[in-house]
Amino acid sequence: MKFRKVYSPIHNLDPRIKFIYVCAVFVAAILFGSILPLTALFLMQFPFVFLARVQRQWLRSLRGALFLAVFIFFTNFIFSFINAGYVIIASNVEFAAAMTLRFVVLVESFSVFFLTTSPDLLGLALEESHVPYEFSFAFTTAVRFVPVLAEEAQTIMDAQKARGLELEKGNFMKRIRNYIPVLIPLIVSAIRRSLELAEAMESRAWGATKKRTNLYGLTLHKGDFVLLGITMAILVVAFYVLLFVPVPTLTKLFL
Amino acid sequence: MAVIETRNLSYTYPGATKPSISDVSLKVEKGDFVLITGPSGCGKTTLCRCFNGLIPHFYQGELKGEITVAEKDVTKHQTHEMAKHVGLVFQNPENQLFALSIEKDVAFGLENLGFSREEMRKRVDWALNLTGIYDLRERSPHEVSGGQQQRVAIASVLAMQPEIIVLDEPTSFLDPLSAEKIFQVIHELNQTLGITVVLVEHRLDLTARYANHIIIMDEGKVCSDGGTREILCAEETRIIGVGIPKATLLYKLLGNEGMNLGDVTPLSSEEMAKLLLEAFGRR
Amino acid sequence: MIVVEGVSFTYSGGVEALRDVSLTVKDGEFVAIMGQNGAGKTTLVKHFNGLLKPSKGTVRIDGVETTKTSIAKLSRTVGFVFQNPDHQLFSETVEEEIAFALKNFGFEEEVIQKQITWALNLLSLTQYRKTSPFMLSGGERKRVALASVLAWDPQILIMDEPTIGQDHEQKEKLRQFIIQLQAQEKTVVIVTHDVEFVAECNPRVVLMKEGKIVADGQGKDILTNLEALAQSSIVLPQIAQIFTQLTSLGFSRNVIDIYEAKGILLQAWGRRRT
Repeated sequence: MKFRKVYSPIHNLDPRIKFIYVCAVFVAAILFGSILPLTALFLMQFPFVFLARVQRQWLRSLRGALFLAVFIFFTNFIFSFINAGYVIIASNVEFAAAMTLRFVVLVESFSVFFLTTSPDLLGLALEESHVPYEFSFAFTTAVRFVPVLAEEAQTIMDAQKARGLELEKGNFMKRIRNYIPVLIPLIVSAIRRSLELAEAMESRAWGATKKRTNLYGLTLHKGDFVLLGITMAILVVAFYVLLFVPVPTLTKLFL
Repeated sequence: MAVIETRNLSYTYPGATKPSISDVSLKVEKGDFVLITGPSGCGKTTLCRCFNGLIPHFYQGELKGEITVAEKDVTKHQTHEMAKHVGLVFQNPENQLFALSIEKDVAFGLENLGFSREEMRKRVDWALNLTGIYDLRERSPHEVSGGQQQRVAIASVLAMQPEIIVLDEPTSFLDPLSAEKIFQVIHELNQTLGITVVLVEHRLDLTARYANHIIIMDEGKVCSDGGTREILCAEETRIIGVGIPKATLLYKLLGNEGMNLGDVTPLSSEEMAKLLLEAFGRR
Repeated sequence: MIVVEGVSFTYSGGVEALRDVSLTVKDGEFVAIMGQNGAGKTTLVKHFNGLLKPSKGTVRIDGVETTKTSIAKLSRTVGFVFQNPDHQLFSETVEEEIAFALKNFGFEEEVIQKQITWALNLLSLTQYRKTSPFMLSGGERKRVALASVLAWDPQILIMDEPTIGQDHEQKEKLRQFIIQLQAQEKTVVIVTHDVEFVAECNPRVVLMKEGKIVADGQGKDILTNLEALAQSSIVLPQIAQIFTQLTSLGFSRNVIDIYEAKGILLQAWGRRRT
């Protein structure tokens, strides 16, 4: 997975603020169990998706969540169906749909977050948020080596295929065993690589001081404050509606 | 003033039955460009790791004898302390770059040492310019070629402004043209900044011309130690099986048959061609 | 025999690695494929055992089109030794490592044992039969990888950058080994940028640049052809470098072998004195 440097205003937002926004959506989604507010929350993701021009990837992640979403819908529906004495009641269907939508909103808001935040920026945000440096380092190094490992896996497979290994042949058990000549070199190589990396780290003064500095810094810009404002607004509106505004259900509205 | 000095240095890796280096005594003067070479397994890589403290601090094992680098007893100073004085560039370009952008990689050592952002910015830009990769600073290490990656590694070591840079077969994975570029960069650093260079290499045809001092090792011991021209012309060197530059070998072969081209052993094709032009031109 | 006809290949990412390449390698030939990184050398040789299939054109090994057969079947004829032996080694002993391919190809047990012994002997690895390959040194691991490919006695042997990380002695042994393979009438194809090694072997040289073949001929002629080499960013071998600077003295620049150089210079020296 190559991270193309797509510069949109959403990509440039401070990941910490984006994270707070996502948490706010998370809280709001939990607070509401009815379909209208949840639909509102769902639709709220759209402007971000389009501004960031990540529609295609976003739709793909929606497809990924589809399986679980359908499962949630049917579980809720079946249980309420049985509870109501094997009768389909409109409000039960609506409730099942609401639960499904809540799940989708949760998944999709995080999806938007990851789709619009490059790993470097994410790593930087981790460094700046007083997370122990070991963790953010592990994160950025892992991301850095993903394409390297992917290429290596391909080379290893080629090398073993050239020795007659046929990965697709045989029953299920045989096929799993076929991957041993690919996994072992991959693991051994990963271990060897870690050793070399550790040597290089030590040679560049790793652990010299506890107060590590950073070449880059994250500063908040106008857009970040705007997003912060939106986040506050969401929370305020959510609590207000929750406490003072009776939200009608679709069933009540149309039936 | 010797920047590196060892006396009867021996080292055995943990769990090994015999030492990787035995009884190594050598001296490297400030500003030297030293070439360390020898057959595979002769201990050159082990020796490099002694220079910056990876041995004994990272590798443990048994270290005997004395070693002083940049006037410090290596056994008494942690690797991160030695890193300020000795930079080490490794063989595999891919496995010494961690960050997601090249300039962040160059800054890695400085970040570890706690430099201020302004100072880091200055040093990073300086190192990037010296190695000719300033334009690549925002790219990811994975996107650039092996030769460029090695220049990033050199820049990241250079940024810490060490007195000594040690390079362990830095061009193994590179084609001859990229390798040549690397050696030119190192040569510049040695000449213009006076940085002492210790280069471990097999490809003497590309590197002999830059070195004023050569150390040949075999089976953990130092076999020859002295000026490049004298050592490469010596018979012992040929016997050990080191890849003497063809120009030097040709000079020797002609000399053996009575064709004397002078006292100065050539280390490159240019030097040899010059000797031949003079010899034939004279008559 | 390897016959490549009008082959073009584009990677899935859109990179056009080969452009209308045509090449024939006869049985028993020794060919060195040279060129800058990214010229398409490895891409080309990966077509010989079917790891890659051409986007356009055909590749035939002994008359069989590579698209009409499997990698496993092609590998019986075309052995491929990858650059990094650690990308292949995974067994508990050297013996098992060598047996791997033999088992995949369905050899009988007694044949497998015979071949293992033969391969170990060929590469001076007999004392390591029961050793774990991970315990061996870099050079020894390279020999184990080579042994495990030679074990099934392929007619064609491809080696990708066999001289990387090798010292002078090891390269010399490799050179002798290739001569041995040639004596057994095997076809040997190496992908390399080691000019000095190629100069010492003096094989047929195929020079590539940006996915095309730009030169094809005897090593001696290609490696002294300044224009061709400059185009593909290859360095001249050192002996050739010397002679290129001696053209004013009337010497031919077509020299890559050190002993030939010595002979020429001594002869000319002798003539000068008379």
